[in-house]
Amino acid sequence: MSDVSFVRTEMLPEQAPPASEVGVIGWVKHNLFSGWFNSILTLVSLYAIYYVLSGVLPWTFQSVWNANSLTECREIMMATWGSTHGHACWAVINDRWLQLLFGFYPSHLYWRPILSLVLLLVALAPVLYSDRVPSKLLIFSAIYPFLMPFLMWGGTIWGPISAALGFVVAWGVYSVLSKQLSELIGMIGAVVAAVIWWLVLSGYFTGAMDSILPIGIEAVQSRQFGGFMLAILLGVVAIGVSLPIGIVLALGRQSDLLIVKYMCVGFIEFIRGVPLITLLFVASLLLNLFLPPGTNFDIILRVMIMMTLFSAAYMAEVIRGGLAALPRGQYEGADSLGLNYWQAQRLIIMPQALKISIPGIVSTFIGIFKDTVLVSIIGLFDVLGLANAIRADTAWNGIYWELFAFIGALFFVVCFSMSRYSMYLERKLQTGHR
Amino acid sequence: MTTLTDPPKEQFRLSMLLYDTRYRSATIQVIALFGFMLLAAWIISNTIQNLEALGKPVEFGFFGEPASYDINQRLLEYSSRDSHLRAAFIGLLNTLVVAVLGCITATIVGVFVGVLRLSNNWLIARIMTVYVEMFRNVPVLLWIVLAMAILIEGLPAPNAFRGENPTATMDLFNSVAVTNRGVYIPEFLFTRSLGDIHFFGASSIRFDVSLDLLAFLIVLGGSIFAMRKVSANAAAKQEATGDRPTIWYIQLGILFVPMIVLMTALGLHLGYPELKGFNFKGGTHMRNSLIALWLALSLYTAAFIAEIVRAGILAISKGQTEAASALGLRSGRTMRLVILPQALRVIIPPMISNYLNLTKNSSLAIAVGYMDITGTLGGITMNQTGRELECVLLLMLVYLAISLSISGVMNWYNNSVKLVER
Repeated sequence: MSDVSFVRTEMLPEQAPPASEVGVIGWVKHNLFSGWFNSILTLVSLYAIYYVLSGVLPWTFQSVWNANSLTECREIMMATWGSTHGHACWAVINDRWLQLLFGFYPSHLYWRPILSLVLLLVALAPVLYSDRVPSKLLIFSAIYPFLMPFLMWGGTIWGPISAALGFVVAWGVYSVLSKQLSELIGMIGAVVAAVIWWLVLSGYFTGAMDSILPIGIEAVQSRQFGGFMLAILLGVVAIGVSLPIGIVLALGRQSDLLIVKYMCVGFIEFIRGVPLITLLFVASLLLNLFLPPGTNFDIILRVMIMMTLFSAAYMAEVIRGGLAALPRGQYEGADSLGLNYWQAQRLIIMPQALKISIPGIVSTFIGIFKDTVLVSIIGLFDVLGLANAIRADTAWNGIYWELFAFIGALFFVVCFSMSRYSMYLERKLQTGHR
Repeated sequence: MTTLTDPPKEQFRLSMLLYDTRYRSATIQVIALFGFMLLAAWIISNTIQNLEALGKPVEFGFFGEPASYDINQRLLEYSSRDSHLRAAFIGLLNTLVVAVLGCITATIVGVFVGVLRLSNNWLIARIMTVYVEMFRNVPVLLWIVLAMAILIEGLPAPNAFRGENPTATMDLFNSVAVTNRGVYIPEFLFTRSLGDIHFFGASSIRFDVSLDLLAFLIVLGGSIFAMRKVSANAAAKQEATGDRPTIWYIQLGILFVPMIVLMTALGLHLGYPELKGFNFKGGTHMRNSLIALWLALSLYTAAFIAEIVRAGILAISKGQTEAASALGLRSGRTMRLVILPQALRVIIPPMISNYLNLTKNSSLAIAVGYMDITGTLGGITMNQTGRELECVLLLMLVYLAISLSISGVMNWYNNSVKLVER
C-alpha cells in the first residue's frame, strides 16, 4: 500500500459564473431574449407598451381639472395645447365626485356613511386578522349589523334595537326549550318566536319605546342612496348574509333527508340558472305582489333580499365543493367520536371545508360585489346609473373615458384587494399537507 | 348462567318522533315540507289577492297581440305588426347569437392568453397578467357600457365617408365600413340561388332555411367524411407496410375542390356595403349594440377562461412533460398527446360554468339596447302590456331552459372525455 492518492483531496476554488449569465444581463438574456421567437415577442410587447403608454400618460397628466362643462374643458385644451385630442377632462370628476361616491345622500350627513365604512373595517378586523386583533372586538362585529342600518337610514334607534331583540328572544326560547324538551323543539321554537317577534310584536315595541324615549337621528330616504356607497352597502349586506345561508343550503344539499335535499337542490339550481337581472326585475316589480296587500317596503331592501338569495345559491355550490373534497374518513372519524350532526359539522367538517373553499368563496364575494352595478338597470342611481345621468347632462354630454376610468378604478381597488386578501388567507391557513 | 332472551318488543311512543334517530329525520322532513308549503301557499294567495286588486288576472292572451315595436338587429324577418310571441322568439335567437359568438371568441382569446401567461418571456407574462386582472376586477356591465360609448362617440359618422376628401375610409380593400352606426361587412350573395324552405307556415316561430347554406353544409360534411376515410386508409397502409403515404395534397383537394365547384355553380359573389344617401346600404349590418356586447362579454369571459387554462396546464405535473421528452416526443407532440388530453379534463368543468355565465351575462344587453330576450320579453313587451308576472316568470323559464340545456350538453361532453375511474 502506498499512500499515493490519485484523487484530488483539496477543493478547487469556485469560479465566478460567466458575466453573461448573471446579474441584469443574465436575467434579460434568460427572460426576454432566450430565443428568436421570444426576442420577437419581447420587441412586439415593448412596442405595444410604448404605444399604449404614449397615449395614456399624456392623456392622464396633461389634463384639465377645473371647468364647468365639456365645452369649457375643450376651450382650455385648445388654449393650452392647441388640440382637444389626447387630453383628459378630469374636471367632470372634480365636479361630480361627491355625487359619484354618495349619490343624493344629504351632504351635511356624509359623515354617517363614512363612519359606517370606518366602523365596518373595525368590525371586520377581528374576523379578517384573527391572529393580530384582540377577539373581544368580535362583540362589536356582532353589534355592527344593527348599528349600520341605523347610521345609514337614521330614524329612531328603537328599530334596530327591536330587530336585535328578535335574536335575543330566539336565543332565550332556544336555551329554555332545549333544556326542558329537546334540541329540535328548541330550534323550531326559536325560529317561530323570532318570526312572531319581528312580524307582530316589534312594531308595537318600537312605537311604544319611541313615544316614551324618542332617541334618533335625521332619517334619510332610500331613494337618496346612491353612488359607490350603494354598491358597498349592497355588497356588504349580500356577502354577509349569504355566507350563513349558503352554508345551510350546502348542508341541506349534502344531507340524507330527501325532501330537504331536493328543496335545496331546486332552489340552488333555479337561482343559478337565471341571470341576476331577472331576479332584480322580481325585486323591483314582483316582490310587492308576493307580500300581503298593502305592504310596500323599500326598493333597496327588496334588491338586498334578491341579491342575497342570488349569492347564497352560488356560495352553497362553492361550499358543497369543499364538503365533497373532504375525505370520507373525516366524517367517519367524527361519528366514531360520538359527536352528533351539528357538533361534527361545527368542530370537524366546517373548519376544513371552509378552508378548502376560501378561493371560491372570495371569488363569489368579488362576483357579487361587481354585480351590484346591475341595479342601475332597474333604475337605482348607483355609480353607473349616475355616470349615465352625467353623460346625459348637457354640460358633460360626450364624455365617457374619464368617468368609466374613475368608476373602474374604484371597483378595481376593492376587488383586487379582496383577491389579494384571499391569497394571504390561503397561505396563512395552509397547514402543509401537500 | 345467562340466557339469551328476545329484546323487549318496542312500542312506538310519540316521543320517539323526537328522540329516536330513525324517526327524527322523518319528523324534520315533514316539518320542512309543511313549512315550505305554507310559505308557497301564503305567497300564492297574496299574489292572487294583489292581482285581483290590480284587475289583471294571470293570462297569456297578450302574446297574440301585435307587438308594434321594431327590432333592428335580427336573424329572421320580423315587422312591428308581428305578435309579441314572434318578438320574443326573435329576441331568444338574438340571445343565442351573442352567446355563441361570445363563447367562441372568449375561448380563443382565453386559451391564447392563458398559454401566454405561462410563457417564459417575462414581459409577455406580465402583460397578460395585467389584462386578466384588469378585466376580472371590473364589472362586466361597465365594460359593456364603455364599449358602447367608445363605438358611438369614438367612430366616424357615415357622412364622414362622403365627399371629395373624406375624413374616414373603409377598411380591408374597401369592403368593411366601421361607423358609429355599426359595422357593415360584405355579405355572400348567390346569382343562381336555390332559394329557401319555409318552416312552420305563418306561426310565430316560422323560419326559413337557405338551401344554399344547406348544400354548403352537406358538401362540407361529405368532404370531411372522405378526408377521414383517406386518412384511415393511410394509417392502415402504415400499419401494414411501415410507410405512410403522403396524403396532404389529396386531403386539401378533397376539402376544397367540391366546395369551389359548388360555389361556382351557385354563382357566389360578395355584396359590398356602399354609401347611399346618408347611410350605408348593402352588406350585412352589425349594430353597435351587438358589437359592444360581443366584444365586452368575450374579453371579460376570456380573462376567466385564461385563468382556467393556466390552472389546468399547471395542474399537470412536470413529470409528465419529462417522461414525454424521455420517450423522445417533440414539444409540439408532448403538448398534443400528453399535456392537453390531461389538462382538458381539469379545464372542461369550470369552462362549462363560464359559458353559462356568459350566456346569463348576455342579458345585460338591455343596458345598450340590443334586443335579446330580456330586451323584448322582459323589456318592451312587459312595459307595453303591463304583464310583469307573466313576462318575468317566462323570462326566467327561458333562461333556465337555456342554462340547463347548455350544462346538459357540456356535461355529456365532459363525461365522454373523463377518465374512467374504478
